[in-house]
Amino acid sequence: MTIHQKITSVPRAVNWNRLQDEKDLEIWNRLTANFWLPEKVPLSNDIQSWATLTPHEQQLTIRVFTGLTLLDTIQNTVGAPTLMPDAVTPHEEAVLTNIAFMEAVHARSYSSIFSTLCSMQEVDEAFRWSTEDPHLQAKSKLILDEYKAASSPLKKKIASVFLESFLFYSGFYLPMHWSSRAKLTNTADLIRLIIRDEAVHGYYIGYKYQRGLERLTEAERQELKDFAFALMFDLYEIECHYTESLYDDVGLTEDVKHFLHYNANKALMNLGYEALFPEEACQVNPAILAALSPDSENHDFFSGSGSSYVIGKAVATEDEDWDF
Amino acid sequence: MGALVYFSSASGNTHRLVERLGLPAHRIPIKADEPMIRVSEPFVLVTPTYADGEGRGAVHKQVIRFLNDADNRSHLRGVIASGNRNFGEFYAHAGEVIASKCKVPVLYRFELAGTDGDVKRIQQGMEEFWKRQS
Repeated sequence: MTIHQKITSVPRAVNWNRLQDEKDLEIWNRLTANFWLPEKVPLSNDIQSWATLTPHEQQLTIRVFTGLTLLDTIQNTVGAPTLMPDAVTPHEEAVLTNIAFMEAVHARSYSSIFSTLCSMQEVDEAFRWSTEDPHLQAKSKLILDEYKAASSPLKKKIASVFLESFLFYSGFYLPMHWSSRAKLTNTADLIRLIIRDEAVHGYYIGYKYQRGLERLTEAERQELKDFAFALMFDLYEIECHYTESLYDDVGLTEDVKHFLHYNANKALMNLGYEALFPEEACQVNPAILAALSPDSENHDFFSGSGSSYVIGKAVATEDEDWDF
Repeated sequence: MGALVYFSSASGNTHRLVERLGLPAHRIPIKADEPMIRVSEPFVLVTPTYADGEGRGAVHKQVIRFLNDADNRSHLRGVIASGNRNFGEFYAHAGEVIASKCKVPVLYRFELAGTDGDVKRIQQGMEEFWKRQS
């Protein structure tokens, strides 16, 4: 149903007590429980740490964050709104409004980091750079082209999942890298909130994509799968150039590429597809994984070298749900 | 050798992993109004994580319902949990919650639908695990 059809038919109020898809309420609850604003994070505690970065490292960081701001801006103003006319339930539309707004919060957060740590002049230079960098512009245009091709709701979802679950990660790598070296740790806390949100967005839009596939013929499903992998290859090529242009000078390009492969696989999994990159290409630096999910290492047995099992430490549970 | 019992929501990530494992497996029903399954052999539970930013709600209600049956619970030997590292310290948190509640080990963790490497490690790990149990 399109917006226009809705306008011409009987206006209907959204009834959250009559769900067509329980995933809508599950995700609404998850997103609203996770709501945050950048003011929650004490970014000014990073001022001293910022001063320990070289001018080149500072410029790199500002550029990376400006690139992330551009993607969040696209998702806020075009990406999430363009999915709304394709929503199959009224609750899905409501969830998409939440996603759109949180993307605005993410985009706004980078400016909070900038106003705390950087000079206006440095920031203005980076925003000018973001309009001129060929790789950043190329990936933005590729995604925007799909959003504007209103003919295919499911292709828009593919582009959206690739933005949420893949394109951000060449940028997210850097604050995780600094955090693993005990630098800009408050900034990293803020970025981790964004990373958490993007996981829910990618999961939900990927889920709706899979629901949409169920209504298609086998041939149509195959055409969309081919399209998804082709778009991933195109975006991956641009991401490699973007990564090289940013990270060659600091010697991190290969490390970042492993992180890209790992996240490309996760983006494809969100669409219900198999991984593309082999495990050898996805060996993410353990320091980066530890920065992503602190305190969660070596708790399992099959992959550990220990000879004894680890029984989980005491954790909070909703005891009213557990009878024993 | 025992079996796997798993929960997978409509997104199907865990279901896809279990299919690739090719091991005997029972699926916990998705909806609360479906009859709950009874398992009468030793099993390892495979479950996704649904935690919010504070770690609340990590274990799906249907998994709790399944484990609230004392007979089902008595056959639980270990847990394999999935999640997404993007959720930080609460990555695959359902594994820890169930392990501490039921006094069983967390055997493995994987992200989303798992990679080919995850499939191999779980297959090998399960084989060795059941050998040790017998």
